[in-house]
Amino acid sequence: MEILRVEGVNKSFGGLRALNNVNFSVEQGTVHAIIGPNGAGKSTFLNCMIGRLAPDTGSVMFGDISLTGMKPYEINQVGVSRVFQTPEIFSELSLLDNVVIPTMAKRDGTFSLRPFKRLDRDAEIQDKALHMLEDVGLAEKKDVISGSLSRGDKRRLELAMCLSQDPKLLLLDEPTAGMSRADTNNTIDLLKRIADRGITKVVIEHDMHVVFSLADKVTVLAQGTIIAEGKPADIKGDPRVQEAYLGGAHL
Amino acid sequence: MTTKLSPTGDLIFFAVFAVAVLTMPVWLAPVGAGYPDLLQKFAIFGLFATGFNLLFGLTGYLSFGHAAFLGVGSYTAVWSFKLLGMNPIPAAILAVATSGVFALAIGYVSLRRSGIYFSILTLAFAQMSYNLAYSVLTPITNGETGLRVLQSDPRLFDGASESTGPLISNLFGVEMTGWGGFYFCAVVLLVGFFIAQRIFRSPFGIMLRAVKTNQNRMTYTGLNPRPYTLAVFVISGMYAGLAGALMCITDPLAGAERMQWTASGEVVLMTILGGAGTLLGPIFGAALIKYFENIFSAFNEQTLHEIFSFLPDFLEAPVVSIAGLFVGEGWHLTLGVLFMLIVIFLPGGIMEGVSRIGRLFKRGSSKAEPNRQTAPAE
Repeated sequence: MEILRVEGVNKSFGGLRALNNVNFSVEQGTVHAIIGPNGAGKSTFLNCMIGRLAPDTGSVMFGDISLTGMKPYEINQVGVSRVFQTPEIFSELSLLDNVVIPTMAKRDGTFSLRPFKRLDRDAEIQDKALHMLEDVGLAEKKDVISGSLSRGDKRRLELAMCLSQDPKLLLLDEPTAGMSRADTNNTIDLLKRIADRGITKVVIEHDMHVVFSLADKVTVLAQGTIIAEGKPADIKGDPRVQEAYLGGAHL
Repeated sequence: MTTKLSPTGDLIFFAVFAVAVLTMPVWLAPVGAGYPDLLQKFAIFGLFATGFNLLFGLTGYLSFGHAAFLGVGSYTAVWSFKLLGMNPIPAAILAVATSGVFALAIGYVSLRRSGIYFSILTLAFAQMSYNLAYSVLTPITNGETGLRVLQSDPRLFDGASESTGPLISNLFGVEMTGWGGFYFCAVVLLVGFFIAQRIFRSPFGIMLRAVKTNQNRMTYTGLNPRPYTLAVFVISGMYAGLAGALMCITDPLAGAERMQWTASGEVVLMTILGGAGTLLGPIFGAALIKYFENIFSAFNEQTLHEIFSFLPDFLEAPVVSIAGLFVGEGWHLTLGVLFMLIVIFLPGGIMEGVSRIGRLFKRGSSKAEPNRQTAPAE
């Protein structure tokens, strides 16, 4: 079953055609990687899916909901979460509060005014957030201010924040960018572990090691056009892909 | 560190604060601040800064036009006296309501922008309000003379009572000047502080901190920051309006200068001086500034000569003339120096100083305790 369907998406910046009639779909429960050389339009494509950019033409369907024209917070509320290239966390707050916020957003919606309720008396939210931190192995740091974490831990926290909302679709923009090999492997392990939850994932990635250890299906984007799509093993041998990657040095 | 107090801890904290505020006349007497006029100002500006801090301290939105709400509250209170009578309660309630409506309108427009543009927009609105009050709206505000209560006003509920003396607000017979006025203001401050404390600990409060820390993550977490910022802007404006009403309750006169940008700047100074984002800081800041204003501006050459009389004559004259720059009319210079010192050495304001001393003390008493993660005290 398809969970996400992108049809005929075009996006131009001035004279630059960033996306050229992109058609794309993601099967429920799979890990779908999008790869491509620098400037291929991967991030633009992701931003069009998540509502940060509005595509010039075309449609983005999430199940039977059209995401085109929706605000980012509305898109999140229907079950799409996003992990950023640089971890976006609430760096002045404790780890626990970082997870409490998305947990509440999931339960109470985009806005709820409860100025007199005590947050620490809300056992349901507190427990759920703490469990989530345990799942990613950060429970013992729950009172630490999150800005002081290492890059790898920040990424784990961001994943915990997204997972606490039980998303149907998780979009990851280069989840291992700028990480040491050890942190990268930890992140891959974590992503594999959460794959068991049945969350569909779309991963944008540079690192082929990550792509081939995670993805069920790979889409290759070059100059705003999809040039190949298939199983990781097939993509590896595809001459067009090697061409796009300057003689296939990366592969 | 008191990053997160338990509900009981919060109650004890509030009880200690309440006792401290109500006994100010006793423990502030030795430093020359134990008289009602000054203590009323402590309470009124403490309330003003507490409300301002809800907006600035929690969300990081720096409003430079909060004096507009102070002025709106003042004018509303005086009109309430004129039309309804000298009871402070309807005056306070009406002031909160009107300033809330004002804040809703100004906030709705200003909050479309953030950072410096937000500050400039609020500043522009406040200056507009000031100029309107000063000239165009003279029928309502009585322009530069200021709005006052007259014997001939209708005063629906107590207009019949014949009195010849000056009109003073009174709460069921208790006159709102002197100590009566102070205790009224102090109780209002305590109510305001209690509400602020609840907001700090509430789900709403944590969302406001989220606005300050990372609005981008907030939107991608399914939260819309706009209604949160607008709600706290309105609450903050209501605090300012209430503070403005208290000014008129203790002295039934409202002037346009209350809305000027210097008044908006003052509350920013108070909050930063005390420690933005902390519960007690803004109240400390407000009290400190009002104390300096009253004590240092009262100094004159005569008092300086008395203080430095122990010096030999050839030294005394230059010392007195230099020190003279910092007192009397020049007390702003003292305030400026103090503000610079605090911002440079204690960016978290007085509260950071307090928590640093607290930490030193803790380390001295129990070295075995491992260095825990610290966060600003509240």
